[in-house]
Amino acid sequence: MPRYTPTVNGQARAVDAPADMPLLYVLRDLLGVTGPKYGCGVGVCGACTSHLGDDAVRPCIVPMDSVGARPVTTIEGLADGDVLHPVQEAWLAEDVAQCGFCQPGQIMTAVHLLAANPDPSDADIDAAMSENVCRCGTYVRIRAAIRRAADLGSA
Amino acid sequence: MVHRSEGSVRPDEPPEGGGAPISRRRFLQFTLAGTGTLVVGGAVVGGGDAGDPAGALDLGEIIDFGNAITLAESLYADNLLLEVTADNRIRFELPRLDKGQGIATAIAMLVADELDADYERTDVELSDRRPDRPFSITGSSAAVRALWAPVRGVAAQARARLVTAAALRWRVSASSLTTSQSRVTAPDGRSATYGELSAEAARVTIPLIPTTPRPVDRYRIVGTAKSRKNARAIVTGAQEYTLDLGVPGAMPTVIARSPDVGGTVASWSAGPAASMPGVVGITQVPSGIAVAARTFHEAFAARDALQITWRPGTARGRSDDNMREGLRQIVPPLTPVLPLYRSHEATFEFPFMAHAPMEVMGAVADVRDGAAEIWYASQSPNYLAAEVARALRIPVSNVTMHVPYAGGSFGRRLFGEPAIEAAQISRALGVPVKLMWTRNDDMRHGRFRPITRCAVRASWLGRATTSFEHRIASARTDFSHGLGDALTAAGAQIAPGLISQVGFQTMVSIPYAFGVSNGLLAERDFGVPTGSWRSVFSGTMTAANEIFIDEMARARGQDEVGFRLRHLDSPAATRCLEQVAAAGDWGRSMPAGQAQGVALHVEYRSAVAYLVEIDTNGAEPRLTRAFAAVDVGIPVNTRGLQAQMQGALVDGWSAMFLAGIHIDDGFVREGSFADFHWARMRHAPTTTEVHVFPATPGAEPGGAGELGIPAASAACVNAYARATGERPRRFPIGEVA
Repeated sequence: MPRYTPTVNGQARAVDAPADMPLLYVLRDLLGVTGPKYGCGVGVCGACTSHLGDDAVRPCIVPMDSVGARPVTTIEGLADGDVLHPVQEAWLAEDVAQCGFCQPGQIMTAVHLLAANPDPSDADIDAAMSENVCRCGTYVRIRAAIRRAADLGSA
Repeated sequence: MVHRSEGSVRPDEPPEGGGAPISRRRFLQFTLAGTGTLVVGGAVVGGGDAGDPAGALDLGEIIDFGNAITLAESLYADNLLLEVTADNRIRFELPRLDKGQGIATAIAMLVADELDADYERTDVELSDRRPDRPFSITGSSAAVRALWAPVRGVAAQARARLVTAAALRWRVSASSLTTSQSRVTAPDGRSATYGELSAEAARVTIPLIPTTPRPVDRYRIVGTAKSRKNARAIVTGAQEYTLDLGVPGAMPTVIARSPDVGGTVASWSAGPAASMPGVVGITQVPSGIAVAARTFHEAFAARDALQITWRPGTARGRSDDNMREGLRQIVPPLTPVLPLYRSHEATFEFPFMAHAPMEVMGAVADVRDGAAEIWYASQSPNYLAAEVARALRIPVSNVTMHVPYAGGSFGRRLFGEPAIEAAQISRALGVPVKLMWTRNDDMRHGRFRPITRCAVRASWLGRATTSFEHRIASARTDFSHGLGDALTAAGAQIAPGLISQVGFQTMVSIPYAFGVSNGLLAERDFGVPTGSWRSVFSGTMTAANEIFIDEMARARGQDEVGFRLRHLDSPAATRCLEQVAAAGDWGRSMPAGQAQGVALHVEYRSAVAYLVEIDTNGAEPRLTRAFAAVDVGIPVNTRGLQAQMQGALVDGWSAMFLAGIHIDDGFVREGSFADFHWARMRHAPTTTEVHVFPATPGAEPGGAGELGIPAASAACVNAYARATGERPRRFPIGEVA
């Protein structure tokens, strides 16, 4: 079983895992990083969305041997210590979450969207965020939070 | 350690029969905890107190399921735990599941307000199952209704004792003291925090100020907008759900389940799976073959390598078409329309519907030495503990059940199959396990809102509506999750198979003066597992009614809002409808292909109305704007209520336009969110304004969690019908037939 030394949320970690093990189970079951959630296991719900380098990815369908040297950032790695990322702050200001289970993935998708497009239109938000399911139906507040974060970023 | 309910005599088993001779005399307990703090708890005192029996209730006194839960729980209502800690925090153990509806936040508001505590230092934790609260069921949108009086009571008791302790310490009149922000203050300026007074308060036997809760108009937190208590934990990834818990040694576990609904194992061998990397153990359970491994990935791989022969399941031969036909055959006939009367009639068909909470079903279990420790986000933990005990053949008193926060439920967690399975696997393998249902398991082996056919007919003479009839045929709804016991305890003697009739009868009332109005339900078992789905019968029946009422209004040449206002006999519904009609500018001119739609619903002692606007000109229809108005009698957290109404609109859209479960010869077609088409961002309106009416003088709080579904569902369909001229009859509308 190969040994990998991924950088997860800024820390070098070491783990023995099969090459085809999806990153999600490495994170959750072997490294105890439980912010990314299992919602479908096949890349269609977005609950595990995390960042691999500059990309937003679905760890449930990213095999461990494809991670390489790119740093892994999960929801736990988004804040700078106690200082939340502006998108997290916007999520709090709009009280977006209900059950909260999908929100780590929603936030990581939104952060990626805003990094590429600091002032997204409604259509841009539709396109980027429709890959993430929220069963509580928080979409209207997710949109408001993205707009709020965009306004903060341009202020 | 915290003492609680010392002297409690409630056994694990529910009392025998309705109106069991249990004393209603209660007392609150004030114990000195090991840490020297005030702990206010309650205990029911048993024994003869013959003058005050619980008394059997006629079914007619049960307004709805929420009312039944409140009544059944009333004997045990004070069995609560509130602690004032030495570091000046308030800790309340909530005997309910928070699954996103926000009940923990609402109760924290209520506790802090009544207690004059610092809200920021008021913590609400989800209580483990309490055997002395046998009917604590999270359901029927009843949590605030049922806990309103007892939570206020226990907080008022605690405040009175803290004030008394300060009065005794300072030798001043208790009535001269004031409380605010977890602090007692004397007229001379002396003050002490609740934490500093807690130990002395625990020794107070007779409070020197009244212990009655304050009137609603004196509340300063209740009725305001608060963010979710665990919002920061959620956005930082720190919020733990069942499968995130670090239970030592708990091994990732999955079950190989039959390809069709309800199939069972005929024969199996582990084959190569037993020696695959990471595998810890393999064992058979009634629902299939369980594999525990180092990681879920390794458990999946071993599961897929098992060699299993399956017996056919419970729904072979059943497909959507023949079940729809089966329902058509059993739907009770409508009464013939009298000569000279005019009438309108319509039939609406609803598919099976998965709950599909974002957090898949899962449980952690550690079974050893004849005892079980379970972590499961249960809506009915005592009923489930009894099921676990039966499955393991151990006393229910040996079953500990922790209740973590849940990632959604929508009724699904009234049932607890994963907890039972996990307990069986843990015992068989001799290790703690964390069992996860995959999304595929959730879709193909879950429970569904029953496939349903609604036939509605109304008749009128001139402007007078003279009859309104509703006939439903439906797959039988499974209520075997503790609600029956609660109904029995509330005094209603109901044969188990008739619980759905009771539910139906309590939900069938309509808030309109439509002359003779009645409803009948016929059920049929198709071998497909079912369960209550957010709003239960109302989600289909009331949605159908409200779609029908639009059609009837148009058939009679009347405006859909005006027609409703002329017939409504619910003041709360009237003001909700008037509010959204004004806010949304009902009747405004819109381009072709766009339209407004309205609908309303009255249940759970609450009322709601929606006005939505739709645009059908694009590739798929889409809501553009939405307005809701909600009257819950006494709103606790207005922000939480707004979230519920916004979310219900997304649910309503999904259920009526996009999603459904299909059965093909006993197999479930859908397997994930790729084919179970729940609404995404691109389907949601860009704004949803929700107006929350402030507390009504003299009102009591109503329920809200399920309230929005029927009205939201119908408003969306009504807008679609007005935009397109179509008359939708089978849902979801967007489905290719």
